[in-house]
Amino acid sequence: MTATMIKEFRLPDLGEGLTESEILSWKVAVGDTVTLNQVIAEVETAKAVVELPSPFAGVVAALHEQPGSVVEVGKPIVSFEVDDAGASTGGNGPAAGDQAAGEPESTGEPQPTGGSGSNGGSGSDGGSASNGGPQPVEASGAAASPAKREPNLVGYGAVVEHTGRPTRRVRAQVQGETPQARPTEAAREPVATSHPEAATAERPRSTPPVRKLARDLGIDLQLVPGTGPGGLITREDVQNFTGEAEGTSAVPTGPAATGERETRSPIKGVRKFTAAAMVQSAFTAPHVTEFLTIDVTATMELLTRLKASKAFEGYKLTPLTIAAKAVLIALRTNPTLNSRWDEARQEIIQFNYVNLGIAAATPRGLTVPNIKDADHLTLRELATALSELTDTARAGKTSPSDLSGGTISITNIGVFGIDAGTPILNPGEAAIVALGAVRKAPWVVDDEIAVRQVMSLSLSFDHRLVDGEQGSRFLADLGAILSDPAMVLTMV
Amino acid sequence: MLTDKAGKGVQNDAPRPGQSAQNPLRTGGNLLQLVSPEGERISHPEFDLWIKDIGDEQLGSLFEDMTVIRRIDTEATALQRQGELALWPPLLGQEAAQIGSSRSLRDDDFVFPSYRESGVAYIRGAHVSEIAQVWRGNALYSWDPQRINMATPQIIIGSQSLHATGYAMGVQLDGASTAVLAYFGDGATSEGDVSEAMVFAASFQAPVVFFCQNNHWAISEPVRVQSHVQLADRPTGFGIPSLRVDGNDVLAVMAATRWAMDRARSGGGPTFIEAVTYRMGPHTTADDPTRYRDPNELEDWAARDPILRLRRLLDAKGLLTEELEGRVKAKADAVAAELRTSCVNMPDPQPLDVFNHVYSTPNSWIERQKDHYSRYLKSFNQPVEEGAL
Repeated sequence: MTATMIKEFRLPDLGEGLTESEILSWKVAVGDTVTLNQVIAEVETAKAVVELPSPFAGVVAALHEQPGSVVEVGKPIVSFEVDDAGASTGGNGPAAGDQAAGEPESTGEPQPTGGSGSNGGSGSDGGSASNGGPQPVEASGAAASPAKREPNLVGYGAVVEHTGRPTRRVRAQVQGETPQARPTEAAREPVATSHPEAATAERPRSTPPVRKLARDLGIDLQLVPGTGPGGLITREDVQNFTGEAEGTSAVPTGPAATGERETRSPIKGVRKFTAAAMVQSAFTAPHVTEFLTIDVTATMELLTRLKASKAFEGYKLTPLTIAAKAVLIALRTNPTLNSRWDEARQEIIQFNYVNLGIAAATPRGLTVPNIKDADHLTLRELATALSELTDTARAGKTSPSDLSGGTISITNIGVFGIDAGTPILNPGEAAIVALGAVRKAPWVVDDEIAVRQVMSLSLSFDHRLVDGEQGSRFLADLGAILSDPAMVLTMV
Repeated sequence: MLTDKAGKGVQNDAPRPGQSAQNPLRTGGNLLQLVSPEGERISHPEFDLWIKDIGDEQLGSLFEDMTVIRRIDTEATALQRQGELALWPPLLGQEAAQIGSSRSLRDDDFVFPSYRESGVAYIRGAHVSEIAQVWRGNALYSWDPQRINMATPQIIIGSQSLHATGYAMGVQLDGASTAVLAYFGDGATSEGDVSEAMVFAASFQAPVVFFCQNNHWAISEPVRVQSHVQLADRPTGFGIPSLRVDGNDVLAVMAATRWAMDRARSGGGPTFIEAVTYRMGPHTTADDPTRYRDPNELEDWAARDPILRLRRLLDAKGLLTEELEGRVKAKADAVAAELRTSCVNMPDPQPLDVFNHVYSTPNSWIERQKDHYSRYLKSFNQPVEEGAL
């Protein structure tokens, strides 16, 4: 007989870059005779459960690891007793890296070698027997060891939930709560005591933008119930929480007997922009609002005369037209209301032109397009610009340049029958005038009660830029013009 | 010659070549099939003509080649499990698609494969050691593309479709009668590269055939979520006629490929072939398909096994002799043994080899770097050798 030698089979890297594998089971025992590529073990890697084919033909001399043991790549797991290299027809495979080994062979087969690759596909001659070769090695079931760490694999994406996520991911808030339910102190408390590690280790589940929103609004996310997947706190949750904190959620009883009690819609588009602008404005510019109620009968009479005149034939004239002109005139003597606070550069910008913004209700929401260089326009030009501006805005076709660069604004709340308000500044501007409704009211004229056409003016201004005196003078001048248009003669 | 057992009234409504050439819009979801899964020969009025030269002997050699590449695949998979290959992308189940297409090529045709076309490489004349070398991590490339007119495996999904189209446009400029074949998978049709390749191929009417082996799985992503139409319907949007063939039917694949290559050669422009097959193994040896795949699916496709089908056809024709089976087995074992020997005995590349093939001519800058690196290695007191790459 021929001499034998011991060959070791070291655990290979069965995936791409794996460092260890677990021996699940041995398919052979010490003393067994194995053939080349015979399955000898089942091994689980981080990627798959695979069968290990024997690299040698010979007799199993030793199994170095027990089933269940985790073995480092490169450690010997089996020793084989094989015939000395090239010595017999028994068929031994070449050892890994054993450069001296003879030609390997499948067990019991003749040893034809060479020339195979150059086969152009034409037929060749040969003997008989079945379609040979060991069965393809395939990864078998992945049922074992569900609790093991699951790395991300090429092409798989993240490990899916049901393969056993760490329990720390389970959220207390998810348990049995309906999305709308507000955790009471009582409801939260058991959670905190029964899972103290969770309560301390985890911050409420949310997303960075929502966290920022909550921070900006001064809301503690711990108090906000999440309605998103897995108890995620959504933007809506934070916003709804704001509403409740402010007491605005005092839902009137009674209405909406049928249908939803509340309708939710995403904050987007103009509404979102408006909100951001208003918040920014309200919390950066210290607002002061002043009111003045005036008798505008003279202005209304002027309006009637102008409408009837040939010079204004075809022009659309409204109280807004006259008021806009009056604002522009009043600004000449009170320019500080037409300025801007530049926080970044620590400068005050005094505009020597007026881009007059007009708040417009459009199908998309509130927009404030402005009339560029309005101070240079005649009354007729101003009337044209105003009607164009409102038509464009109502059609939703206002261009971005029309919406930027305003220096002062007018909001005509009178068209809704409202008398006065405390308007919030269009961001970056120093003043905004709200025009109230023109309505007949008892008014003292020459110490007599008379029925006159009366309106209220509301002026908000940025107190950083405009002192009370300047704001008051501007409002008084504006009132003077609209009370008695002839007063313009004293101002220009 | 084949004697057609013809179809038991089986309707074969696959598109006819002439129709496809005139009207680039493919007709519906018809699957060209010339051999049923039960091994019955199905006649087709047009495509039969393209395989009429396939006689008994050729059927036997197709059987041999398919068996041999399956054996290569099996042995390489085992070699990976034994630590001799770093990785291996199995082709199990795709033997008919690879043999049927590659056996339809002329020597001067040029092939641009993906990484799974080991069977194609074998047919083109790559040595099994050259097929194994890259997967052993022994070299960055292996065979000489100019020697066997086949580019080295492309790992980047779908990129080779661009290379193929560019090569085909070059063929046009040369006025040659070469045709070009690009292999890729179902997942590659979701890649921009393949779309771009089809745009250029159509615009220039380049002599290229896009051979898509739809093996149903882009690693773990099933083809059904990648495309809401059949893959063969995608190229029609680019103005490229397409054929949908049973990729487990070696004769159908051959007929379709021959027709498409002939079309390319004769100035007919590009063609897209969707060979509907199935990856019966894992994506690579580092993959575990049981994580994402229904085992019943594998069972269904095992019934349509391409080698089993050809065996049935041979058996029905009385060709499955002991002589044939013995010859094929001996050949497969010999090739497998050659693969194993050459793989495990492959000399390791040496550190300085990395400089050897950067330029084809001497380059002083590379020489300088090589010198620096050589001195760096010497600082470890190690012998520096140049390997026999």
